[in-house]
This record gives sequence, C-alpha cells and structure tokens, in this order.
Amino acid sequence: MPDLNARDIPRHDRPAIEFVGVHKWYGDFHVLRDIRLAVDPGERVVVCGPSGSGKSTLIRCVNRLEEHQKGAIRVHGLELTASAAQIDRVRREVGMVFQQFNLFPHLTALENCALAPVWAAGVKRREAEERAHALLAKVKIADQAHKYPSQLSGGQQQRVAIARALCMNPKIMLFDEPTSALDPEMVKEVLDTMTALAGEGMTMIVVTHEMGFARRVADKVVFMDDGEVVETGEPEEFFTAPRHDRARQFLGQLLR
Amino acid sequence: MTILLEGAPLAPPKREALRRTIADLFSSPFNAIVTVIVAGLIAAGLWAFLRWAILDAAWSGGAEACRAHSGACWPFVRANAQLMVFGVYPQDLLWRPALSLALMAGLIVASMIPRFWSLSLALGWVAVPAAVCLLLSGALVGPRVSTNEWGGLPLTLLVWMIAFAGAFVVATPLALARRSDMGGLRTAAVAVIELVRGVPMLVALYVSRFIVPMTAPGVEVNLFVSVETALILFVASYLAEIIRAGLQALPRGQAEAAAALGLGYWRTMQLVLLPQALRAVIPALVNLGIGVLLSTPLVAVIGMTDFLSAVREAASHEQDWPGCFTTAYFVAGLAFFSICFVASRYSRWLERHIRADGHA
Repeated sequence: MPDLNARDIPRHDRPAIEFVGVHKWYGDFHVLRDIRLAVDPGERVVVCGPSGSGKSTLIRCVNRLEEHQKGAIRVHGLELTASAAQIDRVRREVGMVFQQFNLFPHLTALENCALAPVWAAGVKRREAEERAHALLAKVKIADQAHKYPSQLSGGQQQRVAIARALCMNPKIMLFDEPTSALDPEMVKEVLDTMTALAGEGMTMIVVTHEMGFARRVADKVVFMDDGEVVETGEPEEFFTAPRHDRARQFLGQLLR
Repeated sequence: MTILLEGAPLAPPKREALRRTIADLFSSPFNAIVTVIVAGLIAAGLWAFLRWAILDAAWSGGAEACRAHSGACWPFVRANAQLMVFGVYPQDLLWRPALSLALMAGLIVASMIPRFWSLSLALGWVAVPAAVCLLLSGALVGPRVSTNEWGGLPLTLLVWMIAFAGAFVVATPLALARRSDMGGLRTAAVAVIELVRGVPMLVALYVSRFIVPMTAPGVEVNLFVSVETALILFVASYLAEIIRAGLQALPRGQAEAAAALGLGYWRTMQLVLLPQALRAVIPALVNLGIGVLLSTPLVAVIGMTDFLSAVREAASHEQDWPGCFTTAYFVAGLAFFSICFVASRYSRWLERHIRADGHA
C-alpha cells in the first residue's frame, strides 16, 4: 500500500502543531484569545490552568472537534480549514484520549482498537487485530482484550482508549484530562502508560492537573487562564518560580 | 409480643407479601365491601367463561352438536382451521403458505436471540419475505396465484414483516435527515414525518390504494404493493422518531471519539451510533411492532384477506354452525394475544439481558 501521508511527514524545521493568533467564541463568550503556540515534533507539552480557562477547547481545536473563528492552526503544516478532506488528514495524524474514555460500549476492547484502522484507514482486519493485540499488550491489558468496556475498571478503560488511539499510528497524541474521571488508585497506571509513551518520543499535548506528571515528563508547561496563554516555560522554572500572579495563585491553590 | 415474634419465625417473603395484600384489601369496611364485590364480579366472569368454553361447549361431532350446546363450538374450529389460518388460498397448493409460515416463524425466532444479531440476519429479513412472495405467487414453481387470493396468518405475518423491515430502510435516513445540520433536509424530514403521523393508518391505506393510482391512469397497481407502500411509510414515520430518540440519548463523547479516530459521518453512524441507539430503544421497537401487528387487520378494508378477515369469512356460517361466530373471534383474539404477550415478555427479558452486561 502506498503511504498516502508521505508528503505530510514532519520536517524538523517545522513545528508539529502551530497556533497563530487563534480566537474562538461560543456565542458572545470569548473562549480562546489570541493563542500563539508552537509544539515541536517529539515535544511533550502539559497545559494547565483553572477550570473554564479554555485548556480543553484549545486541544479540541487541534483535531477540529471544535472550530476556531480567527487565526490559523497548522498540524504538520496542514492548515485546519472547513475542508473535510483536510480535517480527515489531520485526524489521521492526531490521536485523542478523553476524560470520559468514550470507548464504544457495544464493542470489546479489541474491537474498539481495530475498528478505525479497518474502516477509516483501510487496514486488513487480521492485520488490524494483530496490531490491536500488540498495543493492548503494550498498555499491559492484553488479557482483557475480549472484555467489553463495562467489564473493565476505569483505569483499564482509559488504557484501552490510549491503545485505541495508538492503533491509528498517530504522530501526535492529545490527552484531555485523562485521569480526572479516575479513582485515585487508578491514576498511576494511566500516568505510567503516558510516561512510557513520552519516552518513545511521541509528540504529546496533555491537559491535566497532575503536576507531578507535568514535572517529570513535560518539556514545556503552558499555563492558561481566561482563554489566554498566560505563561509558557520549562516545568522546573514554572513550578518553582512562576512569573505571573495568576499562575502563582493557581499553583498555590493546587498545592495547598 | 415476644410470643408472637417467636411464634412467627421469618416468613418467606412471598407469603408475607400475600398476607400484606390481603390485609390491604380489607383495611376498612368500605375496602372490604369493594373487595367482595369485585371478587364476586371476577368469579362470575370466570364462571361464565368456564361454562362457555368448557362445560356448555360442544367438543365433538359436527354442526348438530353445536346446535345442541349453548357454549363454544369447538368442532367448528377443527373443521375450519384451514380457512381460518390460510384464507382463500387454493386448496391444493396449501403447502406454499404452510412453508411460508414456517420460514417466517423461523426467522422471527432467530431474530429474538441476541447471539444471532448480525448482518446475515438483516439479510434474512430481506431474503425471507422475498422468498415468501415468490413462493406464494408461484413465480418459482407454478401455477401462479394472484395476490388477491393470498390470505390468512401467512399474509398477516408477511404484511407485517415487510412493513417493519421496509420501515427500517426508510426510517433510518429519515431520522438522520431530521438530525442533519442541513436546514432544507431537516425541514423535509420533519414535514414527511409529521404529515404521515398526522393521518390515521386507514387514510394512508385508502390514499395508497385509491388516490395514488389516479395520478397514473391506466397503470395497474398491485394490491399487495399498495398495502405495503402505505404501511412502510406509515410505520417509518413512527420508527424515525424512535431512532432519533435513541441517537439523541447517546453521549456526545461517542461521536467525538469516532470523529477523532477519523471515522467519517457514515461509518460513525453505521458502526458506532446506530448500533447503540437501536439497542437503547428496543422496548419502543417491540411496542411499535406489536402495534403494527394489531393494525394489520385494517388491510381488509381495501380487499386483503388477512388472518382476521379469514376468520370473519369462516365465522359467516352462523346458520350452519350455531355459536361459531363467538368461537371464531375468540380464537382470533387468542392468537393475537399470544403473539403480543410473548413479544412483550420477550421485550422485558431482552431489556434486562442487555442492561445486565451493558451490551448484547
């Protein structure tokens, strides 16, 4: 099979994701204000900030689950426009993991993983299932492959969701508060999976409140408040000496 | 008090419930009187039925036995079973409707088992009605039998089956159109649904049989085609609303996850949303199915000999068979009731079965 994405392979002189003056409104509500941000290939970015600050909206714009009204978002140089073909091309490069897992409840873990490769990428079923098995093994859940989501714990479901996204061979992974809906004892298994993924050089944007994870794994921390990127910096610098009052206040509340 | 507690060890819950029910029924003088009166009415009704169905009924013999008994005329049922079940279908070709009945019953039973739910079952719902049509018409092995002569229970089931299967084909796009972002498409879907839901089924049948053919003079429209066109549209307008409700009940995250994986609109519908939506509305689907089955006798008004018409036909021999009128309708009622009762029990079982493991 010819590689349809050959011309989209990231060049290192080009950011993996680029926000140029992006604005978004929900009716009158200004959710994103003049976002300027670049994520390099292989970079791990953690986005944090108080709830309602626009973090989730920001990453949901990357694969066009949300539409922005002004400015430009480019993924590996592909600009997100209204073109459905272009959106599909971007979505094939970008995997996403949701707060509520959003596994398909009528399919087994394995079927969840193999569905999109077969129907969206045209991979042969057998090949897709082999790949799904391999990725379920990678997230340490191979023995649950034939269970339905309702038979799995939250942590297991989220790991299946990660495997499902990886099955499409994405070059970028987006995580939208992946541990917020989990019981505390299950947070670690999901964070460990994400840490392992980061170790393999995956480009990642993670919206999370797990500051320990941010400190250990992130190359860059983006702090958002009120729809703006207030501060961007290396984790050590951000956590020990935040420059802005709002960031200081946020960290104060978080660490208390 | 202590004695009472010791004397009455933990009663089995069932007996306890019974005891409490009885206590409730006689909790005041007024309630006691009402209870006695209602119990008396029920007993009188049961007694009357018992006498009619068993004690005063004619069990053997022929028409003369029925004349001698004031109750049900069971010999009549035996003598007319063929007419009641198969209608006026040619006598020497009865194996065709019999085989049809078996095919359709087999498909319906198979459809009730969740393990069999698959694409091939859906194809069965196309293949079996088609096979039955070919079989009844004699298109495969002669001689030909006109649709006007089809009748009885096989016809009722066939009409129902095609109406329901066809309605799915029409209702799914209607439901999707109704949820569409495209305003024109949405308005058109709403218009069709509301228009068809706004008329009684009888009107739909009349329009399809008598008004529509007027727009194309000279074209002979088959009775069966007229009936099915009307029924499919009619059922589809209700079905579309049920499917829409099922889709609406799904969490947004399902569509988002599918979109993020790069599945397009149609694949998302086909593989992710519709399978879940349909499972969620199974009770409503069974309900609609029962409603449609109970409405099929209406096709008689435009000249089809469905099961109930066949029964009516048989029951018109009151002079020869005294008491056969009541007996015949009792049998017809029992047949409809049995089918619907099984369907509704099945629906309840299925709901529990699906809820128990969150999938099916």
